[in-house]
Amino acid sequence: MTSATPEPEGTAPSPDKSPPHSEEGRPYWMVEVGKIGKHRREKTLWQRFKEELYADNSFTVSVLAVLLALAVGAVLMVLGNDTVRQQWAYFFYQPLKTLEMSWEFVAKAYTDMFKGAIVNPDTFNRWIWGMTTWQQVLRPISETLTNAAPLILTGLAVAIPFRAGLFNIGAQGQAIMGAIGAGTVGIALDLPAIINLPLAIIVGFLCGGLWGYLVGILKAKTGAHEVIVTIMLNYIAALFLGWYILRPAIKDPARTDAISKPVNESALLAKIFDPSLRVSLSIVLALLAAAAMAWLLNRGRFGFELRAVGHNPHAASTAGMKVGTTIAMTMALAGALAGLGGTTMVLGTATVLTDGVVGLIGFNGILVALLGRVKPWGVAAAGLLFGALQSGGQAMQTFAGVSNELVTVIQAMIVIFVAAPMLVKAIFRLRRSPSQAASAVLAKG
Amino acid sequence: MGPHTDSAEEAALKLELRGITKRFGDLVANDDISLTVEPGEIHALLGENGAGKSTLMNVLYGLLQPDAGEILVDGKPIKIKGSNDAIAAGIGMVHQHFMLVPVFTVAENVMLGHEPARGGFLDHASADKLVREVSQRYNLPVEPDAVIEDLPIGVQQRVEIVKALTREVDLLILDEPTAVLTPQETDELLEVMRGLKAAGKSIVFITHKLREVKAVADRITVIRRGKTVGTAAPAAPESELAEMMVGRSVVLEVPKKEAPPGEVVLQVEQLIVADDRLHRAVDGVDLQVRAGEVLGIAGVQGNGQSELVESIMGLRPAQAGKVSLNGRDITGWKTREVLKAGVGYVPEDRSVDGLIKEFSIAENLVLDLYDRDPFGGNFSLNPKAIVESAKGRVQEFDIRTQSPEQPAGSLSGGNQQKVVIAREMSRPLKLFIAAQPTRGVDVGSIEFIHKRIIAEREIGTAVLMVSSELDEVVALADRIAVMYRGRVLAVVPPETPREKLGLLMAGVTEEEKS
Repeated sequence: MTSATPEPEGTAPSPDKSPPHSEEGRPYWMVEVGKIGKHRREKTLWQRFKEELYADNSFTVSVLAVLLALAVGAVLMVLGNDTVRQQWAYFFYQPLKTLEMSWEFVAKAYTDMFKGAIVNPDTFNRWIWGMTTWQQVLRPISETLTNAAPLILTGLAVAIPFRAGLFNIGAQGQAIMGAIGAGTVGIALDLPAIINLPLAIIVGFLCGGLWGYLVGILKAKTGAHEVIVTIMLNYIAALFLGWYILRPAIKDPARTDAISKPVNESALLAKIFDPSLRVSLSIVLALLAAAAMAWLLNRGRFGFELRAVGHNPHAASTAGMKVGTTIAMTMALAGALAGLGGTTMVLGTATVLTDGVVGLIGFNGILVALLGRVKPWGVAAAGLLFGALQSGGQAMQTFAGVSNELVTVIQAMIVIFVAAPMLVKAIFRLRRSPSQAASAVLAKG
Repeated sequence: MGPHTDSAEEAALKLELRGITKRFGDLVANDDISLTVEPGEIHALLGENGAGKSTLMNVLYGLLQPDAGEILVDGKPIKIKGSNDAIAAGIGMVHQHFMLVPVFTVAENVMLGHEPARGGFLDHASADKLVREVSQRYNLPVEPDAVIEDLPIGVQQRVEIVKALTREVDLLILDEPTAVLTPQETDELLEVMRGLKAAGKSIVFITHKLREVKAVADRITVIRRGKTVGTAAPAAPESELAEMMVGRSVVLEVPKKEAPPGEVVLQVEQLIVADDRLHRAVDGVDLQVRAGEVLGIAGVQGNGQSELVESIMGLRPAQAGKVSLNGRDITGWKTREVLKAGVGYVPEDRSVDGLIKEFSIAENLVLDLYDRDPFGGNFSLNPKAIVESAKGRVQEFDIRTQSPEQPAGSLSGGNQQKVVIAREMSRPLKLFIAAQPTRGVDVGSIEFIHKRIIAEREIGTAVLMVSSELDEVVALADRIAVMYRGRVLAVVPPETPREKLGLLMAGVTEEEKS
């Protein structure tokens, strides 16, 4: 290991080939430590990036999973459109035309998706020429961020317990309870916004947290499996919401359908770009939550306990950690995050309580957590991607005439590919990642 | 599955490995290893943990592909791409961690993978018959209908051997077979190995225990850091073998000064503890450990030692009795409080209770100190301090790793144990409890761990050591308490003759004898 440049895998001289004792008389392996350290430092960040770019690390696999899912989506689009599908009957007469037609159709759909999710170049041009407002340019991104915020929060609500070895299927119910809590404060109280909004958020946070704590305490005290308990609590929360919005104090007397009175202005999450754009403080809240969770897992004492319990509860309790308390508090934290997700729905977008106020954010949160590899910033990125897919799907449906349901299919395909990394590795013939290979070397002989 | 009709001589298989090299990235786990197993011999592969023994055997068994070198069976080179190829070539393997389905019966486990079927249904009768036949033939008593999880470890291992033999293999690889066995079970296994040899099977016996090698092997190949150091005859003295293995001379005896014991640190009075099945595992134990002495608890495993220690640590409730530390009643204290009161604890099973394999070495080194200065406070941790302190520990405790930020699971058994010991010894202790401190640990590490335990004793810590290795107890302890069926039968000095200790471990006391 004397050469300065990193050698390709397997050709570097082995540390075992060095003499057993160096000149300094230190044991061989202590010398090795120093050399390997140097060897590592010599590899620049760029070199390591290049090495990892086309290797089987989780980032590359995730990106390729998204591409594969879009490819599957393209096939489904072609199959789903009558004109294009019929053209395939003439594939052997007009192969080029068939391919061209399919390509154009798919390209248009995905372009529309991009326009609806990130930015529409036409709008941008028109804004340059003063034909439209800047709000119109930012509208797609605003929609994406609006969709992403609750998904990031429920994604965290699934990811954090996962790190503690718990599978939280209950983000949906926890989000509903959070929405009920925050919505009730917003409907019932009309204090100055500086008090009312934080109060509503905190109540939403706590209601979700309580719903999660219930799961944790049942698990810790009685051993009840959290998957069963959370599924059941999802039903209870959904049915409770249906009953709750019909209470006279909550229901909007002016309406015949099941809908609550509107949330008071003072409790609404402020719009951050412009009142005409839907994006609100909720995305700020979501990103702060992701940052807080990243800190907690890496630097926080509770995060250490949480990870320890997740990997090996026996060793954790032998080291004096309170496993039961950690489980209960983790579920409470998860519930609170999901509750915050529900809160952003009711205070940010819906502004009323209805049966479907939280949509499916709890279940989509599971997908977001898996795609984000149960890491906080990964979840944030996955949440943004899903938010973009959803807002892009709307545009695709409107302009290309491709059903919005396709987005659901693409989301599901992404998660399937992420969950089956071997498939992605095989399709793209990925190299073994150097960092992964290094950690796979067992010192055991 | 045809009947075994071959005579012993015909069945035997000659195995040659030539220049096997296996690399993992920059690490060469096997470097040009050659070795020949003659038909019908027990060939011991001796080496420390991490020397490359298991890698070599995984290459041989087709679980890993070598980067260079060839494998010859009866003089013909063969390619082994997986365990099926190995079995077809007549090579069977009993892994260190058993590959058995706990809820299946012996016969079901044996037929797993090549289930005899009749008209689409599993043929239980012929599986039973096969197990009976093989177990009789090689004198390996197992009951085909017994469920695996009800069987003791030694018998489970026998099932693994039967399983390999039903595949009609002629060469058996036993990977660290005695690591999990009690001394009695070990002796039985050695007997079985001799029987298999008599029946014409060749055996590759992987181990780092010198005594067993000397007892059973025909030839010994010593491997150190991926290379063959040489071969030796079993008649070679232990110290010579140990030196070949470790690469320097090893002190097998632990020098210790006479230390006058101080005041009583740990006092256990009439302690009663139940095991997981709610049987009374500890049945009225009285013990005293004084400052500056090592109290060794000897006994065959499963006589209540584990439960006793777990109860002292607050990991298992005491049903009756009292535990006090420096005169303070600590019965029923939480584990965290016991640890905080100045007790260091090395649990019996490091991979289950001692370490979090996915955590880095540094994190494992603060697993029960993370909430103390300077590693962390009520809310946050100080990763810098954790890693810095880990660097010191890694050096002080001779933990062989590239960096303290590597996952603890990447270390060899001996080094994992050193991590646990380093953690528990890195704070001021009143009492140090070590359960099986050197189980599954290589000779070099054993020496080191023993020295550290004695060093702890010499600075006035009370040490309670549980070990099923009688040699270890005799070498370290100032007094030996022999446990049998949940009771302390006697507390004797270490000079007590072995035979008497052996009898005590078997539950025979003086009074009964006379």
